[in-house]
Amino acid sequence: MIEAFRQYFALCGSLLYWLFAAPFRGKPWRIGHTFAQIVRIGVHAVPMSALTALTIGVVLAMQSAAQLAKLGATVYVPGLVSSSLIRELAPLVTAVIVIGRSGSSVTAELGTMKVSEEIEALEVMAIPPMSYLIIPRFLAMVIMMPLLTVFSIYVGLTGGWLIGHYSLNMSTAYFVSHALQYVELSDVGIGLLKSGIFGVLIVTIACSIGLNVSGGAEGVGLATTRSVVVSLLSVFIANAVLTALFFF
Amino acid sequence: MTPNAPDSAAEPLIEVNSLVRHFGKQKVLDGVSFKVYAGDTFIIMGGSGCGKSTLLRHLIGTEKPTSGSIKIFGQEITTMRAEALQKLRGRYGMLFQSGALLQSLTVAENVALPLVEHTQLDAGLIDTVVKMKLEQVGLTGHGHKKPSEISGGMKKRAALARALALDPPLVFSDEPTAGLDPIMTAVVDELTQRLTQKIGATVVVVTHDMNSVFRIGTRIIMLGTGPNQGKIIAAGTPEEIKAHPNPAVQQFINGDPEGDGTDDSGELLYRETLLGINDTGKYSRSAIQSSKP
Ligand SMILES: Nc1ncnc2c1ncn2[C@@H]1O[C@H](COP(=O)(O)OP(=O)(O)OP(=O)(O)O)[C@@H](O)[C@H]1O
Ligand SMILES: [Mg+2]
Repeated sequence: MIEAFRQYFALCGSLLYWLFAAPFRGKPWRIGHTFAQIVRIGVHAVPMSALTALTIGVVLAMQSAAQLAKLGATVYVPGLVSSSLIRELAPLVTAVIVIGRSGSSVTAELGTMKVSEEIEALEVMAIPPMSYLIIPRFLAMVIMMPLLTVFSIYVGLTGGWLIGHYSLNMSTAYFVSHALQYVELSDVGIGLLKSGIFGVLIVTIACSIGLNVSGGAEGVGLATTRSVVVSLLSVFIANAVLTALFFF
Repeated sequence: MTPNAPDSAAEPLIEVNSLVRHFGKQKVLDGVSFKVYAGDTFIIMGGSGCGKSTLLRHLIGTEKPTSGSIKIFGQEITTMRAEALQKLRGRYGMLFQSGALLQSLTVAENVALPLVEHTQLDAGLIDTVVKMKLEQVGLTGHGHKKPSEISGGMKKRAALARALALDPPLVFSDEPTAGLDPIMTAVVDELTQRLTQKIGATVVVVTHDMNSVFRIGTRIIMLGTGPNQGKIIAAGTPEEIKAHPNPAVQQFINGDPEGDGTDDSGELLYRETLLGINDTGKYSRSAIQSSKP
Protein backbone atom coordinates (compact mmCIF):
# COMPACT_ATOMS: atom_id res chain seq x y z
CA MET A 1 0.00 0.00 0.00
CA ILE A 2 2.73 2.45 1.03
CA GLU A 3 4.80 1.14 -1.85
CA ALA A 4 1.89 1.81 -4.22
CA PHE A 5 1.66 5.41 -3.03
CA ARG A 6 5.40 5.81 -3.42
CA GLN A 7 5.21 4.48 -6.98
CA TYR A 8 2.26 6.76 -7.71
CA PHE A 9 3.98 9.91 -6.49
CA ALA A 10 7.20 8.94 -8.23
CA LEU A 11 5.24 8.67 -11.47
CA CYS A 12 3.56 12.03 -10.87
CA GLY A 13 6.93 13.62 -10.19
CA SER A 14 8.50 12.41 -13.38
CA LEU A 15 5.30 13.23 -15.24
CA LEU A 16 5.73 16.85 -14.17
CA TYR A 17 9.30 16.80 -15.42
CA TRP A 18 8.38 15.30 -18.78
CA LEU A 19 5.40 17.61 -19.19
CA PHE A 20 6.97 20.92 -18.29
CA ALA A 21 10.76 20.66 -18.16
CA ALA A 22 11.74 18.13 -20.82
CA PRO A 23 10.18 20.04 -23.77
CA PHE A 24 12.63 22.86 -23.03
CA ARG A 25 15.53 20.45 -23.07
CA GLY A 26 15.01 19.24 -26.59
CA LYS A 27 12.59 16.43 -25.74
CA PRO A 28 9.27 17.69 -27.04
CA TRP A 29 5.89 16.02 -26.57
CA ARG A 30 5.19 13.37 -29.16
CA ILE A 31 2.25 14.86 -31.03
CA GLY A 32 1.75 11.91 -33.40
CA HIS A 33 1.59 9.41 -30.54
CA THR A 34 -0.75 11.72 -28.67
CA PHE A 35 -3.17 11.79 -31.58
CA ALA A 36 -3.12 8.01 -31.79
CA GLN A 37 -4.00 7.88 -28.09
CA ILE A 38 -6.69 10.54 -28.48
CA VAL A 39 -8.37 8.26 -30.96
CA ARG A 40 -7.97 5.17 -28.78
CA ILE A 41 -8.76 6.73 -25.42
CA GLY A 42 -11.22 9.38 -26.45
CA VAL A 43 -12.82 8.98 -29.83
CA HIS A 44 -13.57 5.30 -29.37
CA ALA A 45 -15.34 6.12 -26.11
CA VAL A 46 -17.82 8.43 -27.85
CA PRO A 47 -20.58 5.93 -28.70
CA MET A 48 -20.69 4.51 -25.23
CA SER A 49 -20.60 7.92 -23.55
CA ALA A 50 -23.39 9.04 -25.84
CA LEU A 51 -25.65 6.11 -25.08
CA THR A 52 -25.05 6.42 -21.35
CA ALA A 53 -25.62 10.17 -21.31
CA LEU A 54 -28.81 9.82 -23.34
CA THR A 55 -30.31 7.30 -20.92
CA ILE A 56 -29.27 9.41 -17.94
CA GLY A 57 -30.91 12.51 -19.46
CA VAL A 58 -34.10 10.58 -20.16
CA VAL A 59 -34.21 9.04 -16.69
CA LEU A 60 -33.51 12.37 -14.97
CA ALA A 61 -36.35 14.01 -16.86
CA MET A 62 -38.78 11.18 -16.15
CA GLN A 63 -37.98 10.98 -12.44
CA SER A 64 -38.10 14.71 -11.88
CA ALA A 65 -41.27 15.04 -13.93
CA ALA A 66 -42.94 12.32 -11.88
CA GLN A 67 -42.09 14.06 -8.61
CA LEU A 68 -42.60 17.66 -9.73
CA ALA A 69 -45.93 16.85 -11.35
CA LYS A 70 -47.36 16.28 -7.85
CA LEU A 71 -46.47 19.87 -7.03
CA GLY A 72 -47.56 21.06 -10.42
CA ALA A 73 -44.04 22.24 -11.02
CA THR A 74 -42.95 20.42 -14.17
CA VAL A 75 -41.70 23.78 -15.36
CA TYR A 76 -38.58 23.04 -13.32
CA VAL A 77 -37.79 19.79 -15.16
CA PRO A 78 -35.46 21.31 -17.79
CA GLY A 79 -33.51 23.23 -15.16
CA LEU A 80 -33.15 20.18 -12.97
CA VAL A 81 -31.94 18.05 -15.85
CA SER A 82 -29.46 20.64 -17.05
CA SER A 83 -28.02 21.60 -13.68
CA SER A 84 -27.54 18.04 -12.46
CA LEU A 85 -26.02 16.99 -15.78
CA ILE A 86 -23.64 19.90 -16.05
CA ARG A 87 -22.57 20.08 -12.43
CA GLU A 88 -22.45 16.44 -11.47
CA LEU A 89 -23.62 13.67 -13.68
CA ALA A 90 -21.96 14.30 -17.00
CA PRO A 91 -18.43 14.58 -15.58
CA LEU A 92 -18.99 11.63 -13.27
CA VAL A 93 -20.64 9.29 -15.74
CA THR A 94 -18.09 10.13 -18.43
CA ALA A 95 -15.35 9.35 -15.94
CA VAL A 96 -16.92 5.99 -15.14
CA ILE A 97 -17.16 5.11 -18.84
CA VAL A 98 -13.58 6.21 -19.48
CA ILE A 99 -12.31 4.24 -16.49
CA GLY A 100 -14.09 1.13 -17.73
CA ARG A 101 -12.92 1.20 -21.27
CA SER A 102 -9.83 3.41 -21.48
CA GLY A 103 -8.23 3.37 -18.03
CA SER A 104 -8.42 -0.40 -17.87
CA SER A 105 -6.95 -0.78 -21.33
CA VAL A 106 -4.08 1.59 -20.51
CA THR A 107 -3.23 -0.49 -17.44
CA ALA A 108 -3.55 -3.78 -19.31
CA GLU A 109 -1.41 -2.56 -22.21
CA LEU A 110 1.35 -1.07 -20.07
CA GLY A 111 1.27 -4.09 -17.77
CA THR A 112 1.67 -6.46 -20.68
CA MET A 113 4.53 -4.36 -21.99
CA LYS A 114 6.11 -4.50 -18.55
CA VAL A 115 5.94 -8.26 -18.12
CA SER A 116 7.12 -8.92 -21.68
CA GLU A 117 10.18 -6.70 -21.04
CA GLU A 118 9.10 -4.18 -23.68
CA ILE A 119 9.40 -1.29 -21.22
CA GLU A 120 12.89 -2.41 -20.27
CA ALA A 121 13.76 -2.70 -23.96
CA LEU A 122 12.64 0.90 -24.52
CA GLU A 123 14.82 2.05 -21.65
CA VAL A 124 17.82 0.19 -23.01
CA MET A 125 17.26 1.72 -26.44
CA ALA A 126 17.48 5.07 -24.63
CA ILE A 127 13.84 5.82 -25.44
CA PRO A 128 12.35 6.97 -22.14
CA PRO A 129 9.01 5.20 -21.56
CA MET A 130 7.74 8.40 -19.94
CA SER A 131 8.13 10.28 -23.18
CA TYR A 132 7.23 7.42 -25.52
CA LEU A 133 4.29 5.90 -23.63
CA ILE A 134 3.07 7.94 -20.68
CA ILE A 135 3.01 11.57 -21.86
CA PRO A 136 0.94 10.79 -24.99
CA ARG A 137 -1.62 8.90 -22.89
CA PHE A 138 -1.69 11.65 -20.29
CA LEU A 139 -2.22 14.41 -22.82
CA ALA A 140 -4.84 12.40 -24.67
CA MET A 141 -6.79 11.79 -21.49
CA VAL A 142 -6.59 15.36 -20.25
CA ILE A 143 -7.73 16.67 -23.62
CA MET A 144 -10.45 14.12 -24.21
CA MET A 145 -12.15 13.96 -20.81
CA PRO A 146 -13.54 17.53 -20.94
CA LEU A 147 -14.50 17.10 -24.59
CA LEU A 148 -16.33 13.87 -23.86
CA THR A 149 -18.02 15.59 -20.94
CA VAL A 150 -19.26 18.46 -23.11
CA PHE A 151 -20.54 15.89 -25.53
CA SER A 152 -22.26 13.97 -22.73
CA ILE A 153 -23.93 17.14 -21.48
CA TYR A 154 -25.25 17.82 -24.94
CA VAL A 155 -26.53 14.29 -25.48
CA GLY A 156 -27.94 14.14 -21.95
CA LEU A 157 -29.86 17.37 -22.50
CA THR A 158 -31.19 15.87 -25.70
CA GLY A 159 -32.46 12.95 -23.63
CA GLY A 160 -34.19 15.34 -21.25
CA TRP A 161 -35.64 17.25 -24.17
CA LEU A 162 -37.08 14.02 -25.59
CA ILE A 163 -39.16 13.58 -22.45
CA GLY A 164 -39.94 17.28 -22.08
CA HIS A 165 -41.00 17.64 -25.68
CA TYR A 166 -42.89 14.44 -26.30
CA SER A 167 -44.27 13.68 -22.88
CA LEU A 168 -44.61 17.04 -21.13
CA ASN A 169 -45.49 18.89 -24.32
CA MET A 170 -42.86 21.58 -23.92
CA SER A 171 -41.74 23.37 -27.02
CA THR A 172 -38.06 23.17 -27.86
CA ALA A 173 -37.58 26.86 -27.21
CA TYR A 174 -39.33 26.55 -23.85
CA PHE A 175 -37.16 23.58 -22.87
CA VAL A 176 -33.92 25.25 -23.88
CA SER A 177 -34.65 28.57 -22.24
CA HIS A 178 -35.68 26.91 -18.98
CA ALA A 179 -32.73 24.56 -19.10
CA LEU A 180 -30.33 27.45 -19.42
CA GLN A 181 -32.06 29.57 -16.81
CA TYR A 182 -30.70 27.61 -13.88
CA VAL A 183 -27.09 27.20 -14.93
CA GLU A 184 -24.33 29.74 -15.06
CA LEU A 185 -21.43 29.66 -17.42
CA SER A 186 -19.28 29.06 -14.35
CA ASP A 187 -21.17 25.81 -13.73
CA VAL A 188 -20.05 24.58 -17.12
CA GLY A 189 -16.51 25.68 -16.33
CA ILE A 190 -16.53 23.85 -13.03
CA GLY A 191 -17.99 20.73 -14.66
CA LEU A 192 -15.19 20.77 -17.19
CA LEU A 193 -12.59 21.44 -14.52
CA LYS A 194 -13.93 18.44 -12.63
CA SER A 195 -13.70 16.25 -15.69
CA GLY A 196 -10.15 17.42 -16.31
CA ILE A 197 -9.20 16.50 -12.76
CA PHE A 198 -10.89 13.13 -13.15
CA GLY A 199 -8.91 12.61 -16.34
CA VAL A 200 -5.63 13.31 -14.55
CA LEU A 201 -6.59 10.90 -11.76
CA ILE A 202 -7.66 8.15 -14.14
CA VAL A 203 -4.63 8.25 -16.38
CA THR A 204 -2.05 8.61 -13.62
CA ILE A 205 -3.55 5.74 -11.64
CA ALA A 206 -3.83 3.56 -14.75
CA CYS A 207 -0.24 4.26 -15.78
CA SER A 208 1.24 3.88 -12.30
CA ILE A 209 -0.43 0.53 -11.73
CA GLY A 210 0.34 -0.65 -15.26
CA LEU A 211 4.03 0.26 -15.11
CA ASN A 212 4.47 -1.55 -11.82
CA VAL A 213 2.86 -4.86 -12.76
CA SER A 214 4.74 -7.95 -11.75
CA GLY A 215 3.85 -11.60 -12.01
CA GLY A 216 3.04 -12.37 -15.63
CA ALA A 217 -0.40 -12.56 -17.21
CA GLU A 218 -2.05 -13.10 -13.84
CA GLY A 219 -0.39 -9.94 -12.56
CA VAL A 220 -1.73 -7.99 -15.53
CA GLY A 221 -5.27 -9.20 -14.80
CA LEU A 222 -5.06 -8.27 -11.14
CA ALA A 223 -3.54 -4.91 -11.96
CA THR A 224 -6.32 -4.10 -14.41
CA THR A 225 -8.97 -4.83 -11.81
CA ARG A 226 -7.08 -2.80 -9.24
CA SER A 227 -6.72 0.10 -11.63
CA VAL A 228 -10.49 0.19 -12.25
CA VAL A 229 -11.38 -0.06 -8.56
CA VAL A 230 -8.84 2.52 -7.41
CA SER A 231 -9.79 4.93 -10.20
CA LEU A 232 -13.50 4.64 -9.43
CA LEU A 233 -12.97 5.28 -5.73
CA SER A 234 -10.62 8.20 -6.36
CA VAL A 235 -12.99 9.80 -8.84
CA PHE A 236 -15.99 9.48 -6.50
CA ILE A 237 -14.06 10.90 -3.59
CA ALA A 238 -12.61 13.70 -5.71
CA ASN A 239 -16.10 14.49 -6.95
CA ALA A 240 -17.45 14.82 -3.44
CA VAL A 241 -14.55 17.06 -2.46
CA LEU A 242 -14.90 19.25 -5.55
CA THR A 243 -18.64 19.58 -5.14
CA ALA A 244 -18.15 20.63 -1.53
CA LEU A 245 -15.56 23.18 -2.61
CA PHE A 246 -17.47 24.76 -5.46
CA PHE A 247 -21.16 24.36 -4.81
CA PHE A 248 -21.67 24.12 -1.07
CA MET B 1 38.48 -15.65 -10.62
CA THR B 2 38.81 -12.76 -12.98
CA PRO B 3 40.06 -13.80 -16.38
CA ASN B 4 43.46 -12.32 -17.02
CA ALA B 5 43.63 -9.40 -19.33
CA PRO B 6 44.74 -10.29 -22.83
CA ASP B 7 46.64 -7.04 -22.75
CA SER B 8 46.96 -5.82 -19.21
CA ALA B 9 47.63 -2.26 -20.32
CA ALA B 10 44.24 -1.95 -22.03
CA GLU B 11 41.29 -0.47 -20.16
CA PRO B 12 38.51 -2.98 -19.77
CA LEU B 13 35.24 -2.07 -21.50
CA ILE B 14 33.25 -3.62 -18.69
CA GLU B 15 34.53 -4.07 -15.18
CA VAL B 16 32.36 -5.79 -12.59
CA ASN B 17 33.47 -5.91 -8.98
CA SER B 18 31.98 -8.00 -6.15
CA LEU B 19 28.48 -7.70 -7.53
CA VAL B 20 25.82 -8.92 -5.09
CA ARG B 21 22.10 -9.01 -5.70
CA HIS B 22 19.41 -10.38 -3.42
CA PHE B 23 15.82 -11.09 -4.39
CA GLY B 24 14.23 -11.37 -0.96
CA LYS B 25 16.25 -14.07 0.77
CA GLN B 26 17.62 -15.51 -2.45
CA LYS B 27 21.17 -14.47 -3.28
CA VAL B 28 21.02 -14.49 -7.07
CA LEU B 29 24.41 -12.86 -7.60
CA ASP B 30 27.02 -13.39 -4.95
CA GLY B 31 30.30 -11.55 -5.37
CA VAL B 32 30.61 -11.68 -9.14
CA SER B 33 33.73 -10.01 -10.55
CA PHE B 34 35.01 -10.03 -14.11
CA LYS B 35 36.39 -7.81 -16.85
CA VAL B 36 35.47 -7.65 -20.51
CA TYR B 37 37.98 -6.20 -22.95
CA ALA B 38 37.36 -4.57 -26.29
CA GLY B 39 37.01 -7.10 -29.07
CA ASP B 40 36.04 -9.95 -26.75
CA THR B 41 33.19 -12.30 -27.36
CA PHE B 42 32.48 -12.77 -23.70
CA ILE B 43 30.32 -15.76 -22.84
CA ILE B 44 28.26 -16.10 -19.69
CA MET B 45 27.07 -19.65 -19.24
CA GLY B 46 25.47 -21.65 -16.48
CA GLY B 47 22.39 -23.64 -15.62
CA SER B 48 18.87 -22.39 -16.05
CA GLY B 49 17.94 -20.00 -13.27
CA CYS B 50 21.52 -19.41 -12.13
CA GLY B 51 21.26 -15.67 -12.69
CA LYS B 52 22.61 -15.04 -16.17
CA SER B 53 19.77 -12.81 -17.32
CA THR B 54 19.83 -11.06 -13.96
CA LEU B 55 23.53 -10.36 -14.43
CA LEU B 56 22.89 -8.90 -17.89
CA ARG B 57 20.12 -6.68 -16.49
CA HIS B 58 22.61 -5.26 -14.04
CA LEU B 59 25.10 -4.63 -16.82
CA ILE B 60 22.55 -2.66 -18.84
CA GLY B 61 21.55 -0.74 -15.73
CA THR B 62 17.87 -1.67 -15.55
CA GLU B 63 18.44 -3.44 -12.22
CA LYS B 64 20.38 -1.98 -9.33
CA PRO B 65 22.67 -4.30 -7.34
CA THR B 66 22.46 -4.81 -3.61
CA SER B 67 26.18 -4.00 -3.51
CA GLY B 68 29.20 -3.99 -5.78
CA SER B 69 30.28 -1.90 -8.72
CA ILE B 70 29.84 -2.05 -12.48
CA LYS B 71 31.91 0.11 -14.80
CA ILE B 72 31.00 0.35 -18.47
CA PHE B 73 33.21 2.37 -20.79
CA GLY B 74 35.02 3.35 -17.59
CA GLN B 75 31.90 4.87 -16.00
CA GLU B 76 30.30 3.60 -12.83
CA ILE B 77 26.69 2.84 -13.74
CA THR B 78 25.29 1.65 -10.41
CA THR B 79 25.13 5.18 -9.05
CA MET B 80 24.65 6.96 -12.34
CA ARG B 81 21.84 9.46 -12.81
CA ALA B 82 19.11 8.60 -15.28
CA GLU B 83 20.18 11.13 -17.88
CA ALA B 84 23.81 10.06 -17.94
CA LEU B 85 22.73 6.43 -18.12
CA GLN B 86 20.53 7.26 -21.05
CA LYS B 87 23.43 8.80 -22.91
CA LEU B 88 25.54 5.73 -22.22
CA ARG B 89 22.77 3.48 -23.48
CA GLY B 90 23.07 4.96 -26.92
CA ARG B 91 26.36 3.09 -27.11
CA TYR B 92 25.11 -0.42 -26.54
CA GLY B 93 22.50 -2.75 -27.91
CA MET B 94 20.66 -5.46 -26.02
CA LEU B 95 18.90 -8.59 -27.18
CA PHE B 96 16.46 -9.71 -24.51
CA GLN B 97 15.86 -13.38 -23.80
CA SER B 98 12.21 -12.95 -24.76
CA GLY B 99 13.02 -10.66 -27.68
CA ALA B 100 10.96 -7.84 -26.16
CA LEU B 101 9.80 -6.54 -29.53
CA LEU B 102 7.14 -3.86 -29.24
CA GLN B 103 3.91 -5.70 -30.02
CA SER B 104 2.24 -2.58 -31.36
CA LEU B 105 4.82 -2.13 -34.13
CA THR B 106 5.70 -4.32 -37.09
CA VAL B 107 9.02 -6.14 -37.26
CA ALA B 108 10.45 -3.48 -39.60
CA GLU B 109 9.18 -0.65 -37.39
CA ASN B 110 10.80 -2.32 -34.41
CA VAL B 111 14.15 -2.47 -36.16
CA ALA B 112 13.71 1.09 -37.38
CA LEU B 113 12.83 2.44 -33.93
CA PRO B 114 16.39 3.14 -32.67
CA LEU B 115 17.22 4.72 -36.02
CA VAL B 116 14.14 6.93 -35.98
CA GLU B 117 14.79 7.95 -32.38
CA HIS B 118 18.51 8.51 -32.42
CA THR B 119 19.56 9.45 -35.93
CA GLN B 120 18.66 12.18 -38.40
CA LEU B 121 18.45 9.76 -41.33
CA ASP B 122 15.56 10.30 -43.71
CA ALA B 123 12.84 7.71 -44.11
CA GLY B 124 14.25 6.22 -47.31
CA LEU B 125 17.67 5.64 -45.80
CA ILE B 126 16.18 4.13 -42.65
CA ASP B 127 14.19 1.80 -44.86
CA THR B 128 17.37 0.65 -46.56
CA VAL B 129 19.20 0.09 -43.30
CA VAL B 130 16.25 -1.88 -41.90
CA LYS B 131 16.11 -4.08 -45.00
CA MET B 132 19.83 -4.74 -44.67
CA LYS B 133 19.58 -5.59 -40.97
CA LEU B 134 16.65 -7.92 -41.57
CA GLU B 135 18.53 -9.62 -44.38
CA GLN B 136 21.49 -10.23 -42.07
CA VAL B 137 19.29 -12.24 -39.74
CA GLY B 138 17.41 -14.02 -42.53
CA LEU B 139 14.13 -12.17 -42.17
CA THR B 140 13.84 -10.66 -45.63
CA GLY B 141 10.16 -10.32 -46.53
CA HIS B 142 8.88 -10.55 -42.96
CA GLY B 143 9.25 -6.87 -42.12
CA HIS B 144 5.56 -6.07 -42.48
CA LYS B 145 4.45 -8.69 -39.93
CA LYS B 146 3.54 -7.97 -36.32
CA PRO B 147 5.61 -9.76 -33.66
CA SER B 148 2.56 -11.89 -32.82
CA GLU B 149 2.59 -13.22 -36.38
CA ILE B 150 6.11 -14.63 -36.41
CA SER B 151 7.70 -17.64 -34.72
CA GLY B 152 9.77 -17.60 -31.53
CA GLY B 153 13.04 -17.98 -33.38
CA MET B 154 12.08 -15.24 -35.81
CA LYS B 155 11.30 -12.93 -32.89
CA LYS B 156 14.77 -13.63 -31.52
CA ARG B 157 16.35 -12.74 -34.85
CA ALA B 158 14.22 -9.64 -35.32
CA ALA B 159 15.22 -8.52 -31.84
CA LEU B 160 18.85 -9.12 -32.72
CA ALA B 161 18.43 -6.99 -35.81
CA ARG B 162 16.97 -4.25 -33.62
CA ALA B 163 19.83 -4.52 -31.12
CA LEU B 164 22.29 -4.08 -34.00
CA ALA B 165 20.38 -1.31 -35.76
CA LEU B 166 22.71 1.47 -34.62
CA ASP B 167 25.87 -0.65 -35.01
CA PRO B 168 26.67 -0.23 -31.32
CA PRO B 169 30.24 -0.84 -30.16
CA LEU B 170 28.93 -3.04 -27.33
CA VAL B 171 26.23 -5.68 -27.68
CA PHE B 172 24.54 -7.72 -24.96
CA SER B 173 22.84 -10.82 -26.17
CA ASP B 174 20.69 -13.08 -23.98
CA GLU B 175 20.53 -16.54 -25.54
CA PRO B 176 20.57 -15.35 -29.14
CA THR B 177 20.40 -18.88 -30.50
CA ALA B 178 17.83 -20.45 -28.17
CA GLY B 179 14.97 -21.78 -30.25
CA LEU B 180 16.82 -21.57 -33.55
CA ASP B 181 17.51 -24.49 -35.90
CA PRO B 182 21.15 -25.53 -36.40
CA ILE B 183 21.55 -23.54 -39.60
CA MET B 184 20.07 -20.37 -38.12
CA THR B 185 22.22 -20.92 -35.04
CA ALA B 186 25.27 -20.94 -37.28
CA VAL B 187 24.04 -17.82 -39.10
CA VAL B 188 23.54 -15.93 -35.85
CA ASP B 189 26.90 -17.14 -34.51
CA GLU B 190 28.56 -15.96 -37.67
CA LEU B 191 26.84 -12.61 -37.36
CA THR B 192 28.11 -12.32 -33.79
CA GLN B 193 31.61 -13.20 -34.91
CA ARG B 194 31.47 -10.69 -37.72
CA LEU B 195 30.55 -7.99 -35.19
CA THR B 196 33.72 -8.52 -33.24
CA GLN B 197 36.03 -9.31 -36.12
CA LYS B 198 34.86 -6.92 -38.84
CA ILE B 199 33.24 -4.07 -36.95
CA GLY B 200 35.42 -4.30 -33.85
CA ALA B 201 32.46 -4.48 -31.52
CA THR B 202 32.48 -6.23 -28.18
CA VAL B 203 29.82 -8.80 -27.50
CA VAL B 204 28.58 -10.27 -24.22
CA VAL B 205 26.60 -13.42 -24.91
CA VAL B 206 24.56 -15.54 -22.54
CA THR B 207 24.15 -18.99 -23.98
CA HIS B 208 23.48 -22.62 -23.17
CA ASP B 209 24.62 -23.85 -26.54
CA MET B 210 28.02 -25.48 -26.11
CA ASN B 211 28.66 -25.46 -29.86
CA SER B 212 28.16 -21.71 -29.89
CA VAL B 213 30.28 -21.25 -26.79
CA PHE B 214 33.33 -22.82 -28.34
CA ARG B 215 32.62 -21.51 -31.84
CA ILE B 216 32.46 -17.83 -30.93
CA GLY B 217 33.70 -17.42 -27.35
CA THR B 218 37.03 -15.78 -26.59
CA ARG B 219 36.46 -15.54 -22.81
CA ILE B 220 34.03 -17.51 -20.77
CA ILE B 221 32.64 -17.39 -17.28
CA MET B 222 30.33 -19.97 -15.78
CA LEU B 223 27.93 -19.21 -12.94
CA GLY B 224 27.20 -21.92 -10.41
CA THR B 225 23.94 -23.42 -9.21
CA GLY B 226 22.90 -24.86 -5.86
CA PRO B 227 25.28 -23.91 -3.07
CA ASN B 228 27.38 -21.99 -5.58
CA GLN B 229 24.40 -19.98 -6.82
CA GLY B 230 25.52 -16.58 -8.01
CA LYS B 231 29.24 -17.31 -7.86
CA ILE B 232 31.60 -17.66 -10.79
CA ILE B 233 32.75 -21.27 -10.67
CA ALA B 234 34.94 -21.16 -13.76
CA ALA B 235 36.52 -18.46 -15.88
CA GLY B 236 38.98 -18.42 -18.73
CA THR B 237 39.57 -18.97 -22.41
CA PRO B 238 37.69 -21.75 -24.24
CA GLU B 239 40.71 -24.06 -23.87
CA GLU B 240 40.93 -23.40 -20.15
CA ILE B 241 37.22 -24.08 -19.74
CA LYS B 242 37.42 -27.30 -21.78
CA ALA B 243 40.18 -28.54 -19.48
CA HIS B 244 38.60 -27.20 -16.29
CA PRO B 245 39.01 -29.53 -13.31
CA ASN B 246 35.63 -28.69 -11.71
CA PRO B 247 33.31 -31.67 -12.40
CA ALA B 248 30.28 -29.37 -12.51
CA VAL B 249 31.87 -27.53 -15.42
CA GLN B 250 32.74 -30.74 -17.23
CA GLN B 251 29.24 -32.05 -16.67
CA PHE B 252 27.76 -28.86 -18.10
CA ILE B 253 30.03 -28.89 -21.15
CA ASN B 254 29.35 -32.52 -21.92
CA GLY B 255 25.65 -32.29 -21.17
CA ASP B 256 26.02 -35.31 -18.92
CA PRO B 257 22.84 -36.10 -17.00
CA GLU B 258 24.69 -38.46 -14.61
CA GLY B 259 26.81 -37.24 -11.74
CA ASP B 260 28.21 -39.12 -8.78
CA GLY B 261 27.11 -37.27 -5.70
CA THR B 262 29.09 -34.37 -4.44
CA ASP B 263 32.69 -33.75 -5.34
CA ASP B 264 35.38 -32.85 -2.88
CA SER B 265 34.66 -29.14 -2.98
CA GLY B 266 31.14 -29.88 -1.79
CA GLU B 267 29.76 -29.01 -5.20
CA LEU B 268 26.35 -30.53 -5.65
CA LEU B 269 26.14 -31.85 -9.13
CA TYR B 270 24.23 -29.92 -11.65
CA ARG B 271 21.46 -32.41 -12.29
CA GLU B 272 20.80 -32.94 -8.62
CA THR B 273 20.25 -29.32 -7.87
CA LEU B 274 18.29 -28.78 -11.02
CA LEU B 275 15.95 -31.71 -10.82
CA GLY B 276 15.83 -31.68 -7.05
CA ILE B 277 16.88 -35.30 -6.76
CA ASN B 278 17.89 -36.03 -3.16
CA ASP B 279 20.07 -38.90 -1.89
CA THR B 280 17.24 -41.38 -2.04
CA GLY B 281 16.82 -40.70 -5.72
CA LYS B 282 13.39 -39.20 -5.24
CA TYR B 283 12.38 -35.76 -6.34
CA SER B 284 12.32 -33.49 -3.38
CA ARG B 285 9.16 -31.49 -3.22
CA SER B 286 10.78 -28.24 -2.20
CA ALA B 287 13.20 -28.26 -5.10
CA ILE B 288 10.42 -28.83 -7.59
CA GLN B 289 8.33 -26.09 -6.09
CA SER B 290 11.18 -23.66 -5.92
CA SER B 291 11.98 -24.25 -9.55
CA LYS B 292 8.58 -23.00 -10.62
CA PRO B 293 8.90 -19.83 -12.65
N1 LIG C 1 12.33 -10.02 -10.37
C1 LIG C 1 12.69 -11.12 -9.68
N2 LIG C 1 12.19 -11.33 -8.46
C2 LIG C 1 12.55 -12.43 -7.73
N3 LIG C 1 13.40 -13.36 -8.16
C3 LIG C 1 13.93 -13.20 -9.38
C4 LIG C 1 13.61 -12.08 -10.21
N4 LIG C 1 14.29 -12.19 -11.37
C5 LIG C 1 14.99 -13.33 -11.28
N5 LIG C 1 14.79 -13.94 -10.08
C6 LIG C 1 15.42 -15.18 -9.63
O1 LIG C 1 16.76 -15.10 -9.98
C7 LIG C 1 17.23 -16.35 -10.42
C8 LIG C 1 17.97 -16.16 -11.73
O2 LIG C 1 17.08 -15.78 -12.73
P1 LIG C 1 17.60 -15.49 -14.20
O3 LIG C 1 16.44 -15.09 -15.03
O4 LIG C 1 18.74 -14.56 -14.12
O5 LIG C 1 18.12 -16.92 -14.64
P2 LIG C 1 18.89 -17.35 -15.96
O6 LIG C 1 20.24 -17.78 -15.55
O7 LIG C 1 18.80 -16.29 -16.99
O8 LIG C 1 18.07 -18.62 -16.41
P3 LIG C 1 17.66 -19.11 -17.89
O9 LIG C 1 18.86 -19.75 -18.48
O10 LIG C 1 16.58 -20.10 -17.65
O11 LIG C 1 17.21 -17.91 -18.63
C9 LIG C 1 16.03 -17.27 -10.50
O12 LIG C 1 16.09 -18.17 -9.44
C10 LIG C 1 14.86 -16.37 -10.36
O13 LIG C 1 13.87 -17.00 -9.61
MG1 LIG D 1 17.84 -16.06 -18.74
